[in-house]
Amino acid sequence: MLRTEEMLLNVGPQHPSTHGVFRLVLKIDGEIIKEAKPVIGYLHRGTEKLAENLQYTQIIPYTDRLDYLAAMTNNYVLCHAVETMMDLKIPDRAEYLRVIAMELGRVASHLVWWGTYLLDIGAVSPFLYAFREREMIINMLNELSGARLTFNYMRVGGVKWDAPEGWIEKVDEFIPYMREQLKGYHDLVTGNEIFMNRVKGVGRYTKEDAINYSLSGANLRCTGVKWDLRKDEPYSIYDRFDFDVPVQEGGDAWARYHVRLAELEESLKILEQAVEQFPKEGEILAKVPKIIKAPKGEAYVRIESPRGEIGCYIASDGKKEPYRLKFRRPSFYNLQILPKLLEGENIANLIAILGAIDIVLGEVDG
Amino acid sequence: MSGEKDLEQLKKEAAEKAKAAALAKMKAKEASTEAATDKPMTDEEKAKAKAAAAAKAKAAALAKMKEKEQVEEEPSSSDDTDIAKQKAAAAAKAKAAAAAKAKAAALAKQQGGAEEAPAGDDEKAKAIAAAKAKAAAAAKAKAAALVKQQGGAEEAPAGDDEKAKAIAAAKAKAAAAAKAKAAALAKQQGGAEGTSAGDDEKAKAIAAAKAKAAAAAKAKAAAQGGTAGDDEKAKAIAAAKAKAAAAAAARAKAKPAEEEAPEELVPSPNQPYLDKYVKVIEEHLGKDVLEDFYINNLSKDVPTLVAKPENYYRIAEFLRYNEQLGFNYLSEFHGGDFETHMEVYAHLYSYNNRQSVALKVKIDREKPEVESLSKLWAGANWPECETYDLLGIQFKNHPNLYRIMLGDDWIGHPLRKDYEPYDVEV
Amino acid sequence: MVEELLQSQPGLLNFGIFFLLATVLLLVVLGFVTYAILAERKVMGFMQLRQGPNQVGGRWGLLQTVADVLKLLLKEDTIPKLADRPLFILAPVIAFAPAFMVLATIPLTDHLQFADIGVGLLYYIAISGLTTVGVVTGGWASNNKYALLGGMRAAAQMISYEIPLVMSVIGVILFAGSLNLNDIIAAQDEQGWFIIWQPIAFLVFIIASVAELNRTPFDLPEAESELVAGFHVEYSGFRWAFFMLAEYVYLFAMASLTTVLFLGGWLPPFDFLGFIPGAVWFALKFSVVIFFLVWIRVTFPRLRADQLMEFGWKVLLPVALANIFLTALVKELLKLF
Repeated sequence: MLRTEEMLLNVGPQHPSTHGVFRLVLKIDGEIIKEAKPVIGYLHRGTEKLAENLQYTQIIPYTDRLDYLAAMTNNYVLCHAVETMMDLKIPDRAEYLRVIAMELGRVASHLVWWGTYLLDIGAVSPFLYAFREREMIINMLNELSGARLTFNYMRVGGVKWDAPEGWIEKVDEFIPYMREQLKGYHDLVTGNEIFMNRVKGVGRYTKEDAINYSLSGANLRCTGVKWDLRKDEPYSIYDRFDFDVPVQEGGDAWARYHVRLAELEESLKILEQAVEQFPKEGEILAKVPKIIKAPKGEAYVRIESPRGEIGCYIASDGKKEPYRLKFRRPSFYNLQILPKLLEGENIANLIAILGAIDIVLGEVDG
Repeated sequence: MSGEKDLEQLKKEAAEKAKAAALAKMKAKEASTEAATDKPMTDEEKAKAKAAAAAKAKAAALAKMKEKEQVEEEPSSSDDTDIAKQKAAAAAKAKAAAAAKAKAAALAKQQGGAEEAPAGDDEKAKAIAAAKAKAAAAAKAKAAALVKQQGGAEEAPAGDDEKAKAIAAAKAKAAAAAKAKAAALAKQQGGAEGTSAGDDEKAKAIAAAKAKAAAAAKAKAAAQGGTAGDDEKAKAIAAAKAKAAAAAAARAKAKPAEEEAPEELVPSPNQPYLDKYVKVIEEHLGKDVLEDFYINNLSKDVPTLVAKPENYYRIAEFLRYNEQLGFNYLSEFHGGDFETHMEVYAHLYSYNNRQSVALKVKIDREKPEVESLSKLWAGANWPECETYDLLGIQFKNHPNLYRIMLGDDWIGHPLRKDYEPYDVEV
Repeated sequence: MVEELLQSQPGLLNFGIFFLLATVLLLVVLGFVTYAILAERKVMGFMQLRQGPNQVGGRWGLLQTVADVLKLLLKEDTIPKLADRPLFILAPVIAFAPAFMVLATIPLTDHLQFADIGVGLLYYIAISGLTTVGVVTGGWASNNKYALLGGMRAAAQMISYEIPLVMSVIGVILFAGSLNLNDIIAAQDEQGWFIIWQPIAFLVFIIASVAELNRTPFDLPEAESELVAGFHVEYSGFRWAFFMLAEYVYLFAMASLTTVLFLGGWLPPFDFLGFIPGAVWFALKFSVVIFFLVWIRVTFPRLRADQLMEFGWKVLLPVALANIFLTALVKELLKLF
């Protein structure tokens, strides 16, 4: 008697497409996935426990390593949490530098996502084009902060380094260039039949699901929820910029693709305005004591990172180390919906779905 | 829209006030330096002088505002006129009060002698306290009347917050009215120039009486302007409150060290939300389900509810499913070890109302157990696993609680404060 | 030349000459493979804004593949413990042999052809189907789930796309009136290249040939980023090189078939250019086809397994059948005039 057996397949911690050390235990029947169980924790480094013995400025390099593709927003969330507790006013120039750095980081992160997503789908060239642009951004951020990936740039009260001579002009030149390239990306990939077939209707979920599963960022906006923390709960100086929040209705990977590329476009708009409004001179760090002590109490703040809503909770008892520090990491929450999306799907769609959620393992494990 | 106009007016007033305050500070500095050359001034007098200058400046600003308002009153609708009138009245009152105070302080200085000054202060303070008390009583009465009058015109969901707002508004109005009366009186009497401190008291008493009257007038006006929307009222109330607070602050400055003026903390803008949540919860779940509730001032004024462990799940369920509250998004969930107890913190958000709330629960440290929220918010699944893994808090009714981060064979819960890493070799 | 040899007496000398010629062809093909791999890497590199290999063997990396093959030869020959040994060893051979065998019937120039059989085209199609057996054997014998999945996918794909391939060629056969490849070239000499007469057939053929070759966008069996190299995941060293060799020799065969069927083989495009030898023309057209296939690889993403099957059966096959019908119609109409 012929019978089919369910196979247990391990999309193991080492895999070219899982964007890090991520393990997925699949029960498959032929090519259909019956059950998917994600196993995480391979990159858990105990950041929160370590932070209980570190001063706030010393924790900032740790935040870099959470979501290493968009380290500027991570830096900022910690500084913002402490500044909210201390009720600090940040000087203008510092705020503008922060916004420019964060938006450049957002563009870089979306480029990486685009390149690797297409690489997973099978197109080998867009990866290199994306990285060519990202290289320019990384070089600019290198000039600004001294590092290419883990910047350690923000401080409680401002930023650490001022923009060097001619840096703002470089950013200014980059923006129209990136726009051109973005047009090229759309020409190459967005209209491609094969790509559309791979991505349309794949990994669909509804608005209610998205809110129930605490999804954020592009994963939420692809279902039609117009929600962006930069616009709806403005922090820093985002209320001075005029930009749109792109929203799609589909709820599938195609919608997420469009939302992210549109977000890239909007970030360029913000960058343009920030560069225009950039103050010619000013302080880059507010008057803060050498050793930062947050007042007794607790606070939770959240900002918009390229992956979604990143938050930082600090419980402090007045000392120079936090009593409890917790990061709300978007990829961790976004990944929860994966088992639900994968049930009944093709293996080939597994990669397309996982890629569209855009996770970074450093963030998932923290 | 008239509502927006009010906002803009409010904004303008606030801006003017700030400018005035700055101006006043400058003037005060100049005044103090001048006076220092004259004779040695005590701290009190310096402060008084500052306050006086500040009051003067504020008065000037308020005068400007009043002029503007009178100009703008023409093209505005009847509703606006009412509110504008109210505002003008309040402004005038504040100005007057400030002017009176300033003059009093100047008088005190003129009459010289640090000895008299404190005495004068005491008296003034007592007088002011008396006036305030009178005003407060009057205001309460007026508020009650107001409420009764407006009972019909108000919308159905006028709840506690509305009443509270109205009461607060009335109080503020009364205070402002008191001030205004004082000012008006002072003006009528050609200023307190050349009069003694006793005149001050009298002036203040008269001012209090006048305030009562003015408040009554305002209340009537407000009642007649009952077609004004809640928003406008609220804004007017807020404006009045703000002015009252400013006035109170000025008064406080005028009484340094000796007697602290009863402080009026600027109520957080989210206080009404907190009140609403507490009220709704108590209505539906009974009194005494919340251990504590407050506004977390450090965390962008988020209303924080601390639930009792046995009621935690019911409250969470209520917050999730109640139509008015509808907190359908779980933004953050984690636990913390606070040595005497463990705490679980959930930050919820409602997309419909665009409001956040934080829900905390304190649990026993020896045997930490709470219900799981994963049935209410699917997004609580993994965070609870993480909390269990790193802190050891057991979640009842969780679909699949496992050690998500550290793996099955880890010994201990690292985020606890008494965690000792277990090394096989050591 | 080979004709005479075929007609002559069988004997040891005869056999020796044949063997020698075959070896020469093998070496030529291997040389081609070496430089085809390099060319692909270089072209892909330039299209991706980088240079391909440029260290080994001078500025153009001419000895890169040689170094790679040498490395592969020197690697340890690992066979998984639970693998099916005989099949494991046999699979690459089964995959490679047919790819080489089909080269026998390709007319490289008007005098250089190994076997001028009357049913050359049929022979080609039939033998090339055997490669599938090798792929499936490799997937099975590896005793690895990924390899099995890859092997199954490959089998499904290759079988599905054989049919549109053959159907599209029928149009050419109708026009040429023969299955003999030399006759087909002669027909193109008279009528013009079949790419002009059979554009639809050409399109279907090109797409089906990419699927046959397991190249992107149809490279599911070796989907690197999905199944971690698919059916040849357990092969290392020289056995893996054999699979790669099989793929590139098959590429050679497919490209030369395309040239012969649609681009006029060794014929010059215009008669006055006839002084350039046929071999050069063949090489040029052949290179254009290879470049085009590499170009497609660089540009497109990969199709999913079920989409691929859908595409093959629901789109290509009906189009190919329609093409046959159309060709017959056109031929009749032409006969009338």
